[in-house]
Amino acid sequence: MFRVLQASSCVRSRSLALVVLCSAVANAQLISRPVPPRDAVERGHKQFVATCGFCHGADARGGDGGPDLVRSEIVLDDEQGDKIGPVIRSGRLNEGMPAFDLPQSQIQDIAAFLRERTQAAINRNAYEILNVFTGDAKAGEAYFNGSGRCNTCHSPAGDLKGVASRFRPEQLQARFLYPRGGRGGPSKPSTVTVIPRSGAAVSGTLEFMDDFTVGLRDADGYFRSFPRDQIKVDVGDPLAAHAQLLRQYTDKQLHDVLTYLGTLK
Amino acid sequence: MRRPIFAALLLTGALAAQPLNPAKLLQPPTDAWPTYNGDYTGRRFSPLKQINQSNVNALNLAWARRFTAGGRGGVQIKATPLEVNGILYFAAPDNAWAVDARSGRELWHFTWETTGGLHIGNRGLGMYGDWLFFETPDCYLISLDAKTGKMRWNRQIAEVKREYFCGAAPFVIRNHVLVGVGGDSLDVPGYLESRDPETGQVQWRWNTTPRPGEPGAETWPSKESMEHGGGMTWHPGTYDPELNLYYLGTGNPNPVYAPQSRTGDNLYTCSIVALNPDTGKMAWYFQVSPHDSHDFDNVETPVLIDGQFKGQQRKMLAQAARNGYFVLLDRTNGKNLLTAPFVEGVNWAMGIDAQGRPIPNPDMEAKPDGTLVSPTEAGAANWFAPSFSPATGLFYTHASESYGLDWRTDLSKTPEGYGGRNQTIWSQNLLQAIDYRTGKIAWSHRYPNQGGNRSGLLTTAGGLLFGGDPTSNVFAMDAASGKILWHAGLHAAVSNGPITFELDGRQYVVAGAGDMLYAFTLPR
Repeated sequence: MFRVLQASSCVRSRSLALVVLCSAVANAQLISRPVPPRDAVERGHKQFVATCGFCHGADARGGDGGPDLVRSEIVLDDEQGDKIGPVIRSGRLNEGMPAFDLPQSQIQDIAAFLRERTQAAINRNAYEILNVFTGDAKAGEAYFNGSGRCNTCHSPAGDLKGVASRFRPEQLQARFLYPRGGRGGPSKPSTVTVIPRSGAAVSGTLEFMDDFTVGLRDADGYFRSFPRDQIKVDVGDPLAAHAQLLRQYTDKQLHDVLTYLGTLK
Repeated sequence: MRRPIFAALLLTGALAAQPLNPAKLLQPPTDAWPTYNGDYTGRRFSPLKQINQSNVNALNLAWARRFTAGGRGGVQIKATPLEVNGILYFAAPDNAWAVDARSGRELWHFTWETTGGLHIGNRGLGMYGDWLFFETPDCYLISLDAKTGKMRWNRQIAEVKREYFCGAAPFVIRNHVLVGVGGDSLDVPGYLESRDPETGQVQWRWNTTPRPGEPGAETWPSKESMEHGGGMTWHPGTYDPELNLYYLGTGNPNPVYAPQSRTGDNLYTCSIVALNPDTGKMAWYFQVSPHDSHDFDNVETPVLIDGQFKGQQRKMLAQAARNGYFVLLDRTNGKNLLTAPFVEGVNWAMGIDAQGRPIPNPDMEAKPDGTLVSPTEAGAANWFAPSFSPATGLFYTHASESYGLDWRTDLSKTPEGYGGRNQTIWSQNLLQAIDYRTGKIAWSHRYPNQGGNRSGLLTTAGGLLFGGDPTSNVFAMDAASGKILWHAGLHAAVSNGPITFELDGRQYVVAGAGDMLYAFTLPR
């Protein structure tokens, strides 16, 4: 499914090379039903493992005897045990599920645990990313200083000093591939030179460009804009090499470099 | 005696003027734009040429209006308005409006009190006579009286508690209102329903994924996997009245990024299917992304093309798919005529098989430590309306070259939901003009800034291509060359598909941008 909401508010164009896309869907929008109380979830988990886990699995994903309950229609339709309760109390004898005579409070706790499980599955923005440092740091360092030519612009003692301490591993992975701005901090702006049909060229930091207008901040700090059809524009994008490398990385090179960068704490 | 007659004439005139004449659905759009795509073909091509290459640079603002939602959130107009007898009808989540096409004045505004659901967008209404139909995020189909905006009835079409959400534009074929559903957070099965326009009752339901024993079940490993296999129907298709076939693109399979519990092709997800609108029976299918694991919903409009292919006149169907491939099919039988990438860098497939289907590369599936995939989840194309001009023979679509990281986070034998995460790393927005006969790019417009573009496209017999750019300009190009002939800066980027229609002898172009509609016409 396509999940980018509210285009105008999510995409902030700061400069030619710096566009910040918002995360696909904020957590609050994915979870639309009330989040159950933590203590009820914990009690329910214990009760579930003791009563139901043998067949449905300790995490309710299903086991040898019983189906996955996280995606069960009865569980999803349930409110505070009103649909789950009758199934627990009556069992499903012809499908091999015995009846359990649990008090209402325990059924509500189990319902709270199952709701927490479904919400964890729904809330993809909170899924934990596993270990991304799976490459060979030595090979990554060789690539960094060799065919990757990363050392043309970067150095472990300079701009990358402590970089692995500044970002979460998956942030480091995304940012080394293409250093965007936003929450990870500002990126390098593009430079631009505007050459009018007559008169002197004007250089500065690119602020804005579409098919019709280019806007820049000159050395004195003034904003100036020009109609594209009356000038020539020469943009210097400091991130052009990053975009080019996206087309060239092998999976191994990508993870080797990342693992090397992960050592720069 | 004169007064009552006068009043009666007015009343008769008003009644005769308002209902949608069903014959309009079968004609190229001129004085009406009565469906999501203007007509049944999905071409978004208008025979109007009052506005043309020689005068488009004089195009002027006729009116601009802002709309405020009742209920939740702000307005983002993703809906393509309908225009019928001088009135525009459009919707946003939980809201629908009627607007005077001459002045932009609001005639009525309907608000639905929501019970939940993802408020991602509403793509528009369907119309039958005097009745309008639209879907709400909490998955009710609402029928409104077009004259008053009063609700005739509402019918639940999916259970929001099971994580469905809805917003597709209903598609009307005779007395069938085709309604689709969305929601891939928790592995629910997709379906399309036909509802009675009079009562809202179900006429038939087509399930995207088979049930055990049905054809296609052999492409799933288990009953559990196919019943939780996704395949949403969140975007309207197209219709050929001669063949009496409705062409629909289906969504991605579930779990999304963790496909280990659903080995096989996973029919009929990520496919184009041809359905009989009277029975819901499938005549043929073509799967554009077999065993998808990249969230490549295949709902992009299947555009109907009648023309020459390799020296033969054919009835065809073309789609620029989210997975980066342009496919051309024979729409009488679903046989593939051509498959070709329409952007650079597509790396998830390792070739094209004998049937014309891209072959997914297992090494490019989401991995725990991240896989660099092109295009990214947002796709090389998406729901934003494409256009086909019979005058140029070119298929136009907004497109993105992009790279993203796919991480698999759920390594269990029975993953749930997305089972992984995605992040776009880089993307470049383009407008691609594709020669349908070869799949080759005839011309390409590369926007001088990165980022997404959600504007649909429109072509006309005036030799024009209308659309919006990523920086909130609406523009007209020479459809043959891509040269920009006119533009205007709006307060927000164009967020729907522009439409055109003739009213009082004047041709209008109307585009939505954020919470506003803008109407343009030539000065008198």
